[in-house]
Amino acid sequence: MSDTTRETPLLDELEKGPWPSFIKEIKKERERPMVGDLLGLLERSYGERVGHWKHGGLVGVMGYGGGVIGRYSDLPEEFPSVAEFHTIRVNQPSGLFYSSDALRTLCNIWDKHGSGLTNMHGSTGDIVFLGCRTEALEEVFSELTEAGFDLGGSGSDLRTPSCCVGPGRCEWACYDTLDICNDITQSFQDELHRPMFPYKYKFKFAGCPNDCVASVARSDCSIIGTWKDDIQIKADEVLAYANNGVDIEKEICQLCPTGCISWDGKALDIDNGECVKCMHCINVMPKALAPGKERGATILIGGKAPIIGGALLAAVMVPFIEMEAPYEDLKELTEAIWDFWGEHGKNRERVGEFIQRVGLSNFLDEIGLEPVPEMVVHPRTNPYIFFVDEDEEDDDE
Amino acid sequence: MNKQRKTDIGPPHYEKFLPPIIKKNYGKWAYHEVPEQGVLVHTAESGDKLYSLRVASSRLLSIATIRLFADLADKYCDGYLRFTTRNNVEFLLSDGAKVAPLRAELEAEGYPAGGIGNAISNIVHTQGWVHCHSAATDASGVVKSLMDELMPHFTNMDLPAKMRVAFACCLNMCGAVHCSDIAVLGVHTRAPRIDHNELPKVCEVPSLVASCPTGAIRPATVDGNQSVTIEEGQCMYCGNCYTVCPSVKINNPESDGISIWVGGKVSNARREPTFSKLAIPFLPNNPPRWPEVVEAVTGIVNIWKDNANKHERLGEWIDRIGWSRFFEMTGIPFTRYHIDDFTHAGETYKRSAQIRQ
Ligand code: SF4
Ligand code: SF4
Ligand code: SF4
Ligand code: SF4
Repeated sequence: MSDTTRETPLLDELEKGPWPSFIKEIKKERERPMVGDLLGLLERSYGERVGHWKHGGLVGVMGYGGGVIGRYSDLPEEFPSVAEFHTIRVNQPSGLFYSSDALRTLCNIWDKHGSGLTNMHGSTGDIVFLGCRTEALEEVFSELTEAGFDLGGSGSDLRTPSCCVGPGRCEWACYDTLDICNDITQSFQDELHRPMFPYKYKFKFAGCPNDCVASVARSDCSIIGTWKDDIQIKADEVLAYANNGVDIEKEICQLCPTGCISWDGKALDIDNGECVKCMHCINVMPKALAPGKERGATILIGGKAPIIGGALLAAVMVPFIEMEAPYEDLKELTEAIWDFWGEHGKNRERVGEFIQRVGLSNFLDEIGLEPVPEMVVHPRTNPYIFFVDEDEEDDDE
Repeated sequence: MNKQRKTDIGPPHYEKFLPPIIKKNYGKWAYHEVPEQGVLVHTAESGDKLYSLRVASSRLLSIATIRLFADLADKYCDGYLRFTTRNNVEFLLSDGAKVAPLRAELEAEGYPAGGIGNAISNIVHTQGWVHCHSAATDASGVVKSLMDELMPHFTNMDLPAKMRVAFACCLNMCGAVHCSDIAVLGVHTRAPRIDHNELPKVCEVPSLVASCPTGAIRPATVDGNQSVTIEEGQCMYCGNCYTVCPSVKINNPESDGISIWVGGKVSNARREPTFSKLAIPFLPNNPPRWPEVVEAVTGIVNIWKDNANKHERLGEWIDRIGWSRFFEMTGIPFTRYHIDDFTHAGETYKRSAQIRQ
């Protein structure tokens, strides 16, 4: 039987200390049999140093292939209320902005049908409802959609796109990350909800090269804001920083990766043609410097975690592109990538691994991009060049 | 009457959730300042000021706590708040005078403000024993133990540069921790053990064989059961087989543990983005407080803090002093496991005589 009062001496240790405690969070909902059993199961894991969950079974809501992750306890007799404890991914609004009413609506739905426990947010960006019984899934789904929410992605589909706070609050946003994140999510609902790719495909939108969403490491399609023209300088504010203790020569000029800034004690001089838009100088003096006005983004493809062929950072495909709604260029590029990878990618092969297998040059041919030097750290060093016959090449131009 | 079942409506439009001050100044922010740890003040071209109070959360949140945040947002912020990608909560205020009382109320409830600038922000992390089947360790418990110790670096700005710490409980790395200043990563170190009696009853051999990305699983008859064997040397402990078949047990209390990786980053500031590199291949799972892991991480943080130049992130500092000195200064033993043996391993061998003798 479920027991909502059982002792949890090991977990209780984690209620101590100054940092917010997840055990306190779980205990706030412990009157629910599900949460009582979760505490029991977790205490068991802490004692045995091993997890007690199984994956398995196809669970989901009608017509969707993603958004729900099936989770079962391997001790269903002892902890019957968590025998089924599925995860529901709810697609977050762009930028993780909420009204208190929207949060309460989500809480009320989850109060009625689930464990009352959430992650705000999951790693990909979704609102995560932790712990739902199979029979409650449809109810939760229909109440969510009534309230204007929908499920996120899981499995081999488009995963829930996410973005940085962008123009909502950040003065460095070089394009509208919130709008494009929402636009791409809405434009590709079918790909998001019905897995039909070789493996997952993630979009992350960062407004500038600070990349606050870790897009270069975590997304198959990483869009990083940048600019073409000169860094905007407010000379009086530069002086104010210097007078307030910023050692401009040491902290800025010497740390600029291309050495393109100089400072004569009175004025800052930037050789903008040499600037690689790293953001360092702007980060140190946000009141004095700002990205230029001719703004857009760099598109990088193929970032991923280690499984299966090793971790990859995303690689440059388009050094600079303007990012204006309705984002037709990005959508066309995306469809071209999905077509080629979708047809030739192996099961569980992320697009980054696929590019390495087929070769970047072949990949570029297929998606219709010209090779440019910005795509490589340096040209090849080995002489094993596979020459193609001129007339085999696409000579449409 | 059945209501029409709605599908594919996507997330609600973010505009509904933007406070009026953001709607008015959208894309027209001029600069920001950090008057005190935990508070960002963004000034718009119009002169309007937006105050964001950033507080820590445990990521795993009860609806009771979310309702508390909603009530506080109503009381102080006209009902507007947001979360950060590192699981902090940001209360968005247009009245600067309300920051201090809101902060006091949140801190009294146990949600400290901080995490901005040259500090350690919240540790992004995964599900662990709370909810994932292939977890080599718990996530929330390790993170709680670490942050209890590191919290002064969250509530102050006393570090040479920002430090990003991330946690994942297996190599799947939900949340891709592999480009963090410090990555704490749960590891399985033995191939799964097989319950040959149970397997034929609960799993299909062909789909189990197909689940292994490295082809380590072969069909075999063991003690008269239609089962499988696993080629130890080919297994990289991904747990995918356990995902499709619970009789292939990846979790192991003795050989599961935690590894520590250092020196990665994702931002382009100064150096290009780079992966974290292995510092400690294995530490034991020692719940509920993981003292070995806490000691190792705080040790690395302290040595970096005492020796790095201003703006120098952990990886930039190590680049300057060299890996030999990093191991010497931290006292971490360098072992055979530190030398890569996967694809392209050769790119990490040193091929010059430029050595600090
Ligand atoms: S990525 Fe750049 S634009 Fe986006 S929030 Fe971070 S600093 Fe601002
Ligand atoms: S953005 Fe980076 S590269 Fe450009 S001037 Fe500033 S420090 Fe130098
Ligand atoms: S990192 Fe691994 S164990 Fe942890 S939540 Fe992700 S898949 Fe599960
Ligand atoms: S853990 Fe992964 S690599 Fe090892 S046998 Fe299972 S599926 Fe194969």
